[in-house]
Amino acid sequence: MSSASVADVIPARVRFRDSQIEMSHGAGGKASRRLVEGLIAPLLCGESSGPLGDAAQVLMNGARIAITTDGFVVKPLTFPGGSIGELAVNGTVNDLAVSAARAEALVVSFVLEAGLPTEVLEAEVRAMANAARTAGVGIAGGDTKVVEHGKADRMYITTTGIGTPLRNVRIDPRSVRPGDKVLLSGPIGDHGITILLARGELDLEADLRSDTRSVFPLVEALLTAAGPGVRWMRDPTRGGVATSLNELARDCGLGIVIHEDRIPVRDAVRGACELLGLDPLHIANEGQFLAIVAPEYADAAINTLNLANGGEQAAVIGEVCEQPAGSVLVTASYGGSRIVDMLVGDPLPRIC
Amino acid sequence: MKFVDEFREPELITKTAEEIRRLCDSGRHYRFMEVCGGHTHAIYRFGLRDLLPANIELIHGPGCPVCVLPMGRIDDGVALAQQTDVIFAAFGDMMRVPGANGSPLEHKARGMDVRIVYSPSDALKLARANPDRHVMFFAIGFETTAPSTALTLMRAKSEGIRNFSVFCNHVTIIPAIRAILDSPDMRLDAFIGPGHVSTVIGCRPYEWIVTNEHMPIVISGFEPLDMLQSIVMLLRQLKAGEAKVENQYKRVVPWEGNRAALRAMAEVFQLRPYFEWRGLGFISQSALRIRDAYAEWDAEQRFRVPGIRVTDPKAAQCGEVLKGVLKPHQCKLFGRECTPEHPIGALMVSSEGSCAAYYNYEHHKTAMVNILSQTA
Repeated sequence: MSSASVADVIPARVRFRDSQIEMSHGAGGKASRRLVEGLIAPLLCGESSGPLGDAAQVLMNGARIAITTDGFVVKPLTFPGGSIGELAVNGTVNDLAVSAARAEALVVSFVLEAGLPTEVLEAEVRAMANAARTAGVGIAGGDTKVVEHGKADRMYITTTGIGTPLRNVRIDPRSVRPGDKVLLSGPIGDHGITILLARGELDLEADLRSDTRSVFPLVEALLTAAGPGVRWMRDPTRGGVATSLNELARDCGLGIVIHEDRIPVRDAVRGACELLGLDPLHIANEGQFLAIVAPEYADAAINTLNLANGGEQAAVIGEVCEQPAGSVLVTASYGGSRIVDMLVGDPLPRIC
Repeated sequence: MKFVDEFREPELITKTAEEIRRLCDSGRHYRFMEVCGGHTHAIYRFGLRDLLPANIELIHGPGCPVCVLPMGRIDDGVALAQQTDVIFAAFGDMMRVPGANGSPLEHKARGMDVRIVYSPSDALKLARANPDRHVMFFAIGFETTAPSTALTLMRAKSEGIRNFSVFCNHVTIIPAIRAILDSPDMRLDAFIGPGHVSTVIGCRPYEWIVTNEHMPIVISGFEPLDMLQSIVMLLRQLKAGEAKVENQYKRVVPWEGNRAALRAMAEVFQLRPYFEWRGLGFISQSALRIRDAYAEWDAEQRFRVPGIRVTDPKAAQCGEVLKGVLKPHQCKLFGRECTPEHPIGALMVSSEGSCAAYYNYEHHKTAMVNILSQTA
């Protein structure tokens, strides 16, 4: 690699050249990013759109609102700890939360396969109502479409949410500085591994539940304690922590160094990953978030999260460094280190 | 976590790394080949290079079953699946390996019924659940996975499940090691022996390396401490001028191997006269075929195999990398035309492939060091 240059580390504009859409384009990793940044965003949002966040901000009559949308195609529809209806509410509430916005209202769109038992649909609508009540957000409207039997897999749900941006917070990857701390709200991989096991294709069992929940209460607590020091947040769903941190590394042009032994992972998740050759850092979460916090705010941030309900295992897992620019480095306590890239391909198809 | 954490224990690892430095003769360059792709993956996954002195060079061997499969076999498998309405079942590692007309995953996107299974018995389960379809299992692997394919075929036969077949691509490790040693451009000091393969074949089959080549070999586990201990054992042998087969992975590998597994293999498989390996060419007696007693479950006997031969892209140097002659990043295509997302060779696909391991875990580290050294 004698000809290596900075250009090798920070990739230039992506162009989408794949001849057809494959499952990997929906897996939330590299291929997804290429599809969005190389094809969809340039055509819909213009060439000059900035880094893509979890929610967009638009000006309406002088007021800023946050807006986001998310489609849910999970299989199976229900799994330990949750179901597609809960994911559809919490996922959108969380995309707003990590954009430092309080969800105000959601609208929902159902695509239903003819032949779907009414009781299955009703259970999911009830699950949505419950999740919305728990998250304190109203569902303001919706749409239903039915497609022929065999043309969809039971049901798909899309939710769109609008939210009010919280004051005095600036979430922007370009504000991240070397020395900033990387915070993680709790144990990773629960959702992805739960779904994988719930499919019943592996003869594996574990006492594990999806972590689906609204992270807004934790985000609000964090912003109250450390608001001016919070530079960036993301909920590491498809593609996991590794993919979210790689996106950040590329967007800010800095390196992220995380310490393997500080990352909270349940033994059941670690065990399943060891057996299946997966990396917990690539596994999806539905109730956790990552935050980059200025070093002088890190103690206050972590103390607040640890005291909050559901934030007991929050931890500082690493820091932002000048190098390796544009990459994520994982160090182990025994002295070895490795680069961890975005998820490539699709080890766990359709998990959220 | 039991069986994992104790082999990643920082204090022991530091001590073992110090022991390696003590045993190392600083005036000497050591070339150790890890035969097994699982070891290659572990070296990068755990960043073990960071713990080793610069004069210990680890050379990646041919022990990644996906990587040594010639491209044509993938196209053959896909062609077999397309002949009739077949469910194509394979391990996840196979899914993104490119054939001349695309990978199984690309064929899936175009509508072929491709399923990922985690064991051959899962493929048989698919056949039971889909009695009106034929399920073809694309079998790959060394002696590690061959016994489970054998047992699955024995079960299919005893249960009379006729909508199931195996496209057999199983290979054997010893002829590959022999081919490496016969290669004129290869100079090695010792072998880190394969762990999982040896659980089946045991340690005896390696004794000829010691007798003929006077070269130490240590069968090793896959955790960081396992691999460092194995390197200590190799260095001790070299220092004492010895050459013997040693077993570091005693908690899993019995000296005599697994007799039940070997019996199952002998029942179902026989050696092919020769088989093509990617990068190594045709090697005699190096692969398994399904015995005639199981012909009904042998996709090659049951269907017409096109026998597609595809030459590797000219610029790709998979062969040299597979033999350990080139390091992954020394290939002209590495990280440019050939990446894990757009792999040209299988070495960039499988998690055990040295190119993928190097790219995923090391590439940017190296790029960074180069940049730093250029600006210094």
